[in-house]
Parts: sequence; C-alpha cells; structure tokens
Amino acid sequence: MSKFSDLTRLPDARGHFGPYGGRFVSETLSFALEDLEKTYMSLRNDPDFQAEFDRDLAHYVGRPSPLYHAERWSRQLGGAQIWLKREDLNHTGAHKVNNTIGQALLAKRSGKPRVIAETGAGQHGVATATVAARLGLNCEVYMGAEDIQRQKLNVYRMRLLGANVISVESGTRTLKDAMNEALRDWVTNVDDTFYIIGTVAGPHPYPLLVRDFNAVVGREAREQSLAQIGRLPDTLIACVGGGSNALGLFYPFVEDEGVHMIGVEAGGDGIETGRHAAPLSANAPQGVLHGNRTYLMSDEGGQVSSTHSISAGLDYPGVGPEHALWKDVGRVEYVAANDKEVLEAFRELTHVEGIMPALEPAHALAHAKVIAPTMRPDQHIIVNLSGRGDKDILTVAKIDGMDF
Amino acid sequence: MKGAGMNRIDQRFATLKDQRRTALIPYITAGDPGPAHTVGFMHALVEAGADVVELGMPFSDPMADGPVIQKACERALKHDVRLTHILAMVEEFRRNDDETPVVLMGYLNPMERMGLQAFAEQAAASGVDGVLVVDMPPEEADEIAPLFKEHHLHSIFLVAPTTSKERAAIICAHGEGYLYYVSLKGVTGAANLDVASIEHQLDSLRQLTSIPLCVGFGIRDGDTAAAVGQVADGVIVGSALVSRIAENCDRPERASDELKALMSEMRQALDA
Ligand SMILES: Cc1ncc(COP(=O)(O)O)c(C=O)c1O
Repeated sequence: MSKFSDLTRLPDARGHFGPYGGRFVSETLSFALEDLEKTYMSLRNDPDFQAEFDRDLAHYVGRPSPLYHAERWSRQLGGAQIWLKREDLNHTGAHKVNNTIGQALLAKRSGKPRVIAETGAGQHGVATATVAARLGLNCEVYMGAEDIQRQKLNVYRMRLLGANVISVESGTRTLKDAMNEALRDWVTNVDDTFYIIGTVAGPHPYPLLVRDFNAVVGREAREQSLAQIGRLPDTLIACVGGGSNALGLFYPFVEDEGVHMIGVEAGGDGIETGRHAAPLSANAPQGVLHGNRTYLMSDEGGQVSSTHSISAGLDYPGVGPEHALWKDVGRVEYVAANDKEVLEAFRELTHVEGIMPALEPAHALAHAKVIAPTMRPDQHIIVNLSGRGDKDILTVAKIDGMDF
Repeated sequence: MKGAGMNRIDQRFATLKDQRRTALIPYITAGDPGPAHTVGFMHALVEAGADVVELGMPFSDPMADGPVIQKACERALKHDVRLTHILAMVEEFRRNDDETPVVLMGYLNPMERMGLQAFAEQAAASGVDGVLVVDMPPEEADEIAPLFKEHHLHSIFLVAPTTSKERAAIICAHGEGYLYYVSLKGVTGAANLDVASIEHQLDSLRQLTSIPLCVGFGIRDGDTAAAVGQVADGVIVGSALVSRIAENCDRPERASDELKALMSEMRQALDA
C-alpha cells in the first residue's frame, strides 16, 4: 500500500477524478457516451479483447518499444543517466497509435463503419487514418486551419491513407476547435460513427480508456527499468498537452512513491507573457470544456483563451482531468518549457544521439536538460520520447530560414 | 423583482393552457450583432407574438451549436459581451416588460467563472426566470440546482431523441418550467423534422412529467411551427431568427423587422 493507492481506483463510476472530470455534455451526446461506456466496461477485463489488443501492439505497432540509454547525452549533461522510452519507433511515429489501436477495436466491435477524430499535430489523425485503413473504415479527421498550415506533411499523409481531412475555421482554428467540430459531427451521426478521441480529455469514459490504452508504455518502462537499470528510476519526465503520453508512462508507477514524476507543459513565449499552453503550471482557474472539469485557461468572462506553442500537439487550453487531480494531491510536479528551450533540446538530441524528437517530447527533453545536471550519475531519469520529429522538419526549417 | 408568487414561466404556460394556445419561444444570442441591439430585439419578438424569450449567453466553444449560432457567439464576443452585461440587458428589458418570461441559455464555464452564487443571485435580481445550461446534465447539477432553486430560477433541461427511458425519468424529476425536447440528432440549425416521431416521444415523456413539453431544433417557418405545434406545448425557434440577424448585421432596424415578420408568420400559423 502506498499513500497514492487511492489514485489507482479512479475515476469513480461517474468519471470523476476528485473534483475533476465528469460528463459535462449536452443531452444530445449522453446516449453515445453511455453506449461507449457500456461497450468499454464489458471489454475492459475481457481476456479475448486484451489478447487482440496485445497482438496488434506487438505485430502491427512493433511493441515493446525500447528503453534506450542516452549515454552520450547523459555524459555531456554531466549528471543523471537519461533513458529514452522510444515511442518514436512505433508504427506511425508516436505513442498516439497505442490508443487508436484500442479504440479501433472498440469501433470494430460496435459495428460502426465510420470513425472520426480531432487532431492537433496530426499524429493522432495519422494514427486514426492508419487503423481505419487497416480495418476498412471510413475516416474523417477534423483539424484546425492553423494546424493544417503548420503540419502539412501529416495532412498529406492522412490523405494518402484515405482519410478526409476537414479544415476547421471556427474559433482559434486549432485543436480545441477541431474537438468542438468532431463532437458536433458525432451528435449528428451517432448511429454509424465512432469518435476516436486522441488524448485523456473529453467526457467520461474517454479519459479512462485513453489512459488504459496508453498505460502499456509505463508497464513496459517499469519492467525494462528493473531489467536494464536493476531498479526503478528516480524520475520520469513526459510532455503534457492533453496528457496521454504522460499518463501512459506515469500511471503504472503511481504507487511507487520513490519515483518522482514531472509533467512538462508548453511554455510558449514564457508563462509570464501569457502566451503559452500551460494551464497546470500557470495555475489556471478550474473550468469546464469538452465535457470535463479541469484546469482551463479562460479569461475573466469565462471565454476559453487562445493558446500559444511552437508545437501544435500541445496547443490546448485544458488538460486531462486526472492530471488536474495529480497536481492537487502533489503526485506529479508540473512545469513548463518555453519554445526557445524546446528548440535547443530538439537540436541537441538530434546532434548528440542521432534521434530527432518531435517538438512535443522536446519539451520533456528540455526539462531533462535542466534537472539532469543537478542529479548524481548513479541516478536515473526516464524521458518519454513520445514521437519522432519528421513531422516538424518544415517548422524547424522555417525557423532556420529555409523554404522547400 | 418578481413577487413571491409563481415563476413567470409557470404563469405564462398556465395562461396559454387556458387559452388552448401553443407557446412560441424565440432564441437570440445576447449581444449579437452588438450589445446595444439586444433589448430592442427582445421587445420586437414579444410584440410579434413571443410567449417566452430565450437569450443565449455567447461562449467561445459552443459545442452543441451549428454554424449559425457559432457565428452569432463570435459576433457578440467581438464586443466582449459578458454575463454581467447580459443580466443588465434583462434588467433593462424588465423596465418595459414585467410579464414575459426570460430564459438564459448557455454553457457552464462563463457562469462558473462569474461564480455560481453570484450568477444565481444577480440573474434573479435582474428578472431572469429560468436557466438552461447546455453542457450540464442533471447528474452534474448537484451544486447549481439548489442555488437556482433558492433564487426561484427554473432549471430547464434538454431531452434528446436518443435519451434512454431511465435518463428521461431522471431529467423529468429535475426539470422545471418546461422540458426542451431536441427534435433531431445533431446541432442547432439542422434541417429535417419528423413530426410523427416527435409525437411518439412526447407521448412517452408525458407519462413522466406534467410540465410543458417544448420542441426545438429544425423549426424555421410557419409550416414547421404549425406541424410541431400540433403535438407540443411550445415551439422554440433559434437559428432561423439568428440568420435574419446575421444577414442584417449593419442594418439592425431591418433585422428587427425581419425578426418580427418571421415571428408573426409563426404566431399566425400556430393560432390558425
Ligand atoms: C508526439 C506527441 N507527443 C505528445 C503529444 C501531446 O499529446 P498528449 O499530451 O495527449 O500526450 C502529441 C500530440 O499531438 C504528439 O504528437
């Protein structure tokens, strides 16, 4: 028993993580969510379902992903040993596919011929388009017009995979607006459509099931750590947008009190400038968006704020409700890394280890750079390298003044 | 402020029942196209036959709304219209109309940001009669419902075609004033209506509650109003009115005339 054991028993039956989470949706969505909850709860502990999921993760995704000791980088930083959980090596290039494989299996069992998704960086959209292609499902992906501009490669990738990418022109034209549009689609087409949400946000049961499907990351990392380091790590670091890669890594360690966990949000131009996407580390007020209560960046009138980050995948004003609770109870420390630090970390890992990270996990790397030198060489940090950087090459090239 | 007596919504539906008339309930977004126009529009709607006025509280992320009302929210938010401004509009409306019930409709976050206690208090003081919080089903209403009750504000809830029997029972147990039956799957502003299926659903709701059943989504003119009016206690019209405002953003006089014309058409169709 650990003082954090209670955390493993959440959410409660109505999807609450303490004061957070829940199901704050229009009645028009209630039926679809109840239906999904029923389907998932009946399969959650079903050995056949789990076996099918595990098989897909092994043979289609390529799991387990390695835990790689970044020896050269660790030496250069002159402190703790840094280990990278290589989610970038997954099929489609990010942790997102763990969840889409799981939800696609749910879609298949529900017999619905069409899936929809929202996407920011495009990684979740690509992962959804991929599983849809494999299962022969129609796929439409909602993406903010601004994100379509900065993630052109992923947009084309989704189209090659046979998905229809729908540009969202409303609101701030980023991830949150894409999610609004996907929810609107879902209430309209609920009879034949399964909505594959890409992070641990949204109404119950999404935060629960997305966490479950990503927890394979932490389970593997725990075993690999025992095998390769000979003990549990001292510190885990992951970036936090909605929070799915972070929860996936953290959840299986939640009772291990000796393991310090750090979630790194998008600091944008810096928390003090207000131009960021870091509701937890900036102590944003509580609020309700996309069906759950959480920390939410909003103005004094309660309108949701526009956010800023170099990374489209973290550009979201809220955060998964389980993270909100973990902040309050002190299980996880939440910090922010700003755009400039993130770019430095992106370049550094690429140069020193020959691994080009996505800009999202480059936030986690930026924080590893800060704390590793303050730790001893016999201490160990695992960083969730949640995705690879191919999709961000054009963004970085533009910063470097290159135009293709 | 209203007296200790009945809520204006209950009074209005009691009168309508005596007269065997169907309620006509327009929706407009507060502050669209600018805050100066809303009170005038409200009076115009009443003049042309509205029995209850629903006033939308604009939100940056109106998840359950179609493009017409999304754009109305964007127009209003350009003027930074806040709940305190909206309550001031209701107060101003009340100076010339102490009878017509006013229902606020919107999303939870702005209310929470204002403070639920303050919102309930000030809404009641401004002359609001009911509140429909779109993204707050009864299961999540533990905090807000008692506050509304304390301030004699009716909690109005949605029922959808997909709502299960068990949920409908819960909603009916919590609902006050009237139930807002969403006539079709989708967001506000969607099209096709199926009156036979609406009638069937309303019949089963009548087994669960005695409060009036009003139908919204998809009602856009005299014909659709009359068709639904045959089976419902009230018809709610939103996007059709808001589009008239959208088309006449820089001609508010004309917008007001068009609102009145559509309302009169529907009133006549309902009363025929
Ligand atoms: C590689 C990668 N990491 C992280 C994220 C952020 O999402 P989350 O916080 O849910 O892990 C994204 C989102 O697009 C991503 O593509």
